[in-house]
Amino acid sequence: MVLVVASMALLVGQGFAVGLNGPNWPGIVALFPAAAEGQTGLGWGGFIAGLALLGLLSELLAARGFCRGERFASGAVVIIVALLVLFVFFPILKLGSAAFISPDGGFALVEFWGRLSAPELWRLNCFQGTGRCGVVINTVILGTLAALLATLLGLALAMLVARTNFRLKRTLRAISILPIITPPFVVGVAIIVLFGRTGVLTQLGADIFDVRPTRWVYGLPGILMAQVLAFAPVTFLVLLGTLEAINPTLEEASTTLGARPMKTFLTVTWPLLRPGLAAAFLLAFIESLADFGNPLVLGGGYEVLSTKIFFAVVGARYDLGNAATLAMILLSLTLVAFWLQMRWLGNKSYVTVTGKSDAGLAAPVPQVIKVAAIALIVPWVAFTIGVYLIVVGGGFVTDVGRLDLSPTFSHIVTAFSFEFGENGLRLYGSAWDSMITTLWVSAIAAPLTTAIGILTAWLVARQDFAGKKAFEFGTMLSFAIPGTVVGVSYVAAFNVPPVDITGTMAILVICFMFRNMPVGMRAGMAALSQIDRSMEEASQTMGAGGLATLRNVVLPLIRPAIFTALVYSFVTAMTAVSAVIFLVSARHNMATAYIMGRVENGEYALAIAYSAVLMLVMIVCVVLIQFVVGQRRLGRRKELQGAGPAPAE
Amino acid sequence: MSDTAIEFVNVIKRYGSAVAVDDISFSIAKGELVTFLGPSGCGKTTSLRLIAGLELPSEGQVLIGGRDVSRDPASERNVGMVFQSYALFPHMNVLDNVSYGPVIRGGNKAEAQAKAREILEQVGLAGLQDRLPSELSGGQQQRVAVARAIVQQPEVLLFDEPLSNVDAKLRRKVRAEIRDLQRRFGLTAVYVTHDQEEALAVSDRIIVMQSGRIAQIGTPQDLYDRPATPFVADFIGDANLIDGTVQGGHFRAADLELVLAGHDGPATVSIRPERITLQTGGPSKVLSATYLGSRTEYVIETGAGELLVSRPISEPAMPNGSAVSLHIASSDLTRVR
Repeated sequence: MVLVVASMALLVGQGFAVGLNGPNWPGIVALFPAAAEGQTGLGWGGFIAGLALLGLLSELLAARGFCRGERFASGAVVIIVALLVLFVFFPILKLGSAAFISPDGGFALVEFWGRLSAPELWRLNCFQGTGRCGVVINTVILGTLAALLATLLGLALAMLVARTNFRLKRTLRAISILPIITPPFVVGVAIIVLFGRTGVLTQLGADIFDVRPTRWVYGLPGILMAQVLAFAPVTFLVLLGTLEAINPTLEEASTTLGARPMKTFLTVTWPLLRPGLAAAFLLAFIESLADFGNPLVLGGGYEVLSTKIFFAVVGARYDLGNAATLAMILLSLTLVAFWLQMRWLGNKSYVTVTGKSDAGLAAPVPQVIKVAAIALIVPWVAFTIGVYLIVVGGGFVTDVGRLDLSPTFSHIVTAFSFEFGENGLRLYGSAWDSMITTLWVSAIAAPLTTAIGILTAWLVARQDFAGKKAFEFGTMLSFAIPGTVVGVSYVAAFNVPPVDITGTMAILVICFMFRNMPVGMRAGMAALSQIDRSMEEASQTMGAGGLATLRNVVLPLIRPAIFTALVYSFVTAMTAVSAVIFLVSARHNMATAYIMGRVENGEYALAIAYSAVLMLVMIVCVVLIQFVVGQRRLGRRKELQGAGPAPAE
Repeated sequence: MSDTAIEFVNVIKRYGSAVAVDDISFSIAKGELVTFLGPSGCGKTTSLRLIAGLELPSEGQVLIGGRDVSRDPASERNVGMVFQSYALFPHMNVLDNVSYGPVIRGGNKAEAQAKAREILEQVGLAGLQDRLPSELSGGQQQRVAVARAIVQQPEVLLFDEPLSNVDAKLRRKVRAEIRDLQRRFGLTAVYVTHDQEEALAVSDRIIVMQSGRIAQIGTPQDLYDRPATPFVADFIGDANLIDGTVQGGHFRAADLELVLAGHDGPATVSIRPERITLQTGGPSKVLSATYLGSRTEYVIETGAGELLVSRPISEPAMPNGSAVSLHIASSDLTRVR
C-alpha cells in the first residue's frame, strides 16, 4: 500500500519535473546532466504506469473492505477520483497559482493584491451619477436583476401552468423548452437584429414614431433582456416542481377554516413556495454569472467578469495572471451562490407530498394574480416568437441586420455549399469544418459523458465507501464552476507537460465530459432511487460482480435516464460557448466559436443561418438518439447479452 | 469443522458511531435451518447480510464451510438469497431469472437453462418459464425467487422475511413448502423474521436477537419453555413476568409461594398464561374475560399483580368480577432473572 502511494508520488513528481523546454528545476540538471539536452514530458509509458498504479491501489483498497470488497466499484471510484483531480481540481489549482505566481516563477503577492483591489473591479461610480461601475459590481448587478426578473417570469409561468385553466398551457410548456436547444448567444444576436441601431423594430419605430435610433440595447438592457429570456425556462421548471409538490389539502384546509382565496394564497401557498423561489433565484444568478455569449455579443461598454476574463487571455494583451485573478473572483461568487442554494434546498424545502394519495384539488390562483401573470407572460411569448422568427427567417434574407429583407439562399450557400464531383463529395462552404468538428466532438463526448455520469451516480447511490460525501461534492462542484473559468484553467493547466493536450480534439471532449457529467449523474440518481436496491444485491449473491450487475441489471432498468443524459450531453456540447471558446484551435474549431466570430464581424445573417442549421441538426440528432435507444427497448430478448453503452473504463 | 456450515467469531458491524451487530458469535451446522428472530432494528437483517457478503464486518470473522470469507464480496461467496421483495429482474423472464446465476458464473447457456428448467419443475412452476415476473401471482413470484436462489446449489440459503409479502392465509402453506424444499435438498438455511410464530414453525434452532446482541439460542421448545431472559419470555408467546425473591428453595411474591430451586436473592419468573389453571372461589378477582373463539383470556387481579390467564373454551367461563383462585405447577415456572 505504502509502496504504491510512494510510486505514484514519484510518477507525478517526474511529470512535473519536466517543463515545456526541458527540466523545470535546476537541481535536476545537477543530478542528471543528460537532462539538460532536453527531455520530453510523460509519454504513453508514464500514462500506462499511472494506470497500473491506480489499478493496484484499487485492488488493495478492495482487499481492505473498501466498497464492501467489490473490486469493480473500488476501481471505478479510484479512476473517477483520479480523473476529477486531473481534469477539474488540478486546472483550478493551477489557475489559482497563476494568480499568485509570476511567469518567471517568483511569488507575486503584491501584483496579485494590485489586481485584486484594482478600482476597475470594484468602482461604484454608477451609483453616484454617470460614471461606470467596476466589473465585479457590474456582474453582481446583472446577476441580481436577471435572476429577479427570470424568477418572476418563471413564477408567472408556473402559476399559469399548474394552477389555472389557462388555454395556452401546452404552448407555454413547449416554448419554455426551446431555449434549451438554442445556443446561448443566438438570443443575443436576435435582440440586436430586433433592437439594434439598424434593427427591425428600431427602424419601424423611427419610421412611424420618429424615434431616433440609438445604441441603447448594447449594455445592461440588452444583456438583461437576453438572459431573462434564456433563464426563465429554468426557473419555470424549478417553480413548477415546487408548486406541484404542495399538497392541495393544505390549501383546502385553509379554505374550510374560512380564508378567502387571496388570504389562502398569501398565508399558505406563498410561504410554501419561498424555498423554491430562493432556489430558482440562485440558479438563475449562477447561470447569469456563467453566461458568456450574451455579454460578449450585447455588452458594448458593459463589462462583466466572464467577458473580461476572455479578453485577458485572448488577443494582444495576454495576461494569464490577471485572468486567473478575475476567474478566482468569479469562482468565489459562484461558489457562494451554489453553497447558499445547497443550504436552501437541503434544509428549507417543505416537501408536502408524502406518497399517500391526497384527494384534494389544487386551489386555483386568485383572479388578481392570474391577470398579473398573464400580463407578464404575453409580452414574453410575443418576444420569444419574434426572436425565433428572426432565427428561422433571418438566415434566408439578404441582410436582416440592415433590414434588407429580400429572400436569398446566399448565406446558406456561403456556409454549406458542396458539390458531387469526380472525386466524390466536396465541401466548399466555410462552415463545414466547424460543423463536422462539432458533430464529431459532440458524438464522442455524449456517450463518454453519459457513461461517467451514470457510473458516478451508481457509485454514489449504491456503494458505501470512505469519503463518499466528499466524492459527491467534488462531482457537483465541477458543475458549479463557470465555463469561462474552466476554459482559462484548462489553458493554464494543459498548455505544458505533463498533460499537454491544448489544441487537440481531446481537450474539447474532456472539457465537455467533466462539465456535463453532473447532469448524467442527476438523471442516473433519480432513476436509481426508483429501483429497489435488492435487485442488485440478488445479482451479487448469484455471483455477478459489480460490472456484470451494472450491465445486466442496472443499465437495462435505467434506460430512460441514459437517454436523457445522452441527449442532454449531446445538445450541451453542440451549443456550449463559454469554455470552448478558449480551447478551439484552427484545426479544431467548433460551430459556436465560428458563429461567434461571424457575430463579431457583424455578419449577422450568416451567423443566424448557421444557428438555424445547428438547431435543426440538433433536433434531427435527438430524434435519431431516441430512435436508436428506443429500438433497444423493443428488442428485450436481445439485451440480455449485454446491451446498453459500456461503462467508462 | 466438517459439519459446521457457518460460523461467526466476535463479529461487530458499525455504521459510523451506531453499532448494528455488537460482538456476536455462533455456529450453524450443515443441513440446519436457523432463524434470526427479533424486533425491528435488533440486527437480524444485518447479520443475514453479513453472511451473504452484502455487508462486511467491521471486526471479527465470518466463516462459511470453514473458510474465512470476512473480506470476500457477495459475488465471491456461494450463497443463495431470497429477498423480502423477491428482487426478480423485471426485464427478464422466469427462465432467464433462474439461469442468471449459472450463466454469470461462466456456465454454458444451454446447460444453465436445462438446470433452471429442472429446478422450476421441482418448485412446481413448469410451463411458466417464458412469463415475465409481472405476469405471475405473488406466490409464484416467491417460488421463482426460491428457485433462483437454490439453482446453484449454494452452501447456504438465506431468507430475508420471505413471507412478509405473502397473503396471511397463504403463509402457513408457503412456509411448509420452504421447509420441505430445504429438507429435500439438504440445504443449510438461515431465515430472518420478526414473527415469532413463523420462527417457531420453521426452525431447527432460533437465535433471538436484541439490540445487536444475541439474547438466546435454542430450539423452539427451549425458547418457549425455558426462556433465559425476560425479553425472550415476553417476545416469544405471551408471558406473565413476576418479580419476587427466592429464599431457601422457594419463590415468594406477595401471597404467591412456589417451589423454585436456585440461589437466593431477588428474582423474576415467567409463567405462560395457558399454564395457569383457575378455580372458583379464592382471594383473586377476574378483571376482564375476553372470548377469542378457541380460548378465553382472563386478566386476574392477584396479590402479585395482574396476570394473564388463557383457558380453553371447554372449561366453564368465569364472569367479570368473580372471585377465583390460581394454581401454578412449580415445573411451569422459569426463572428469567
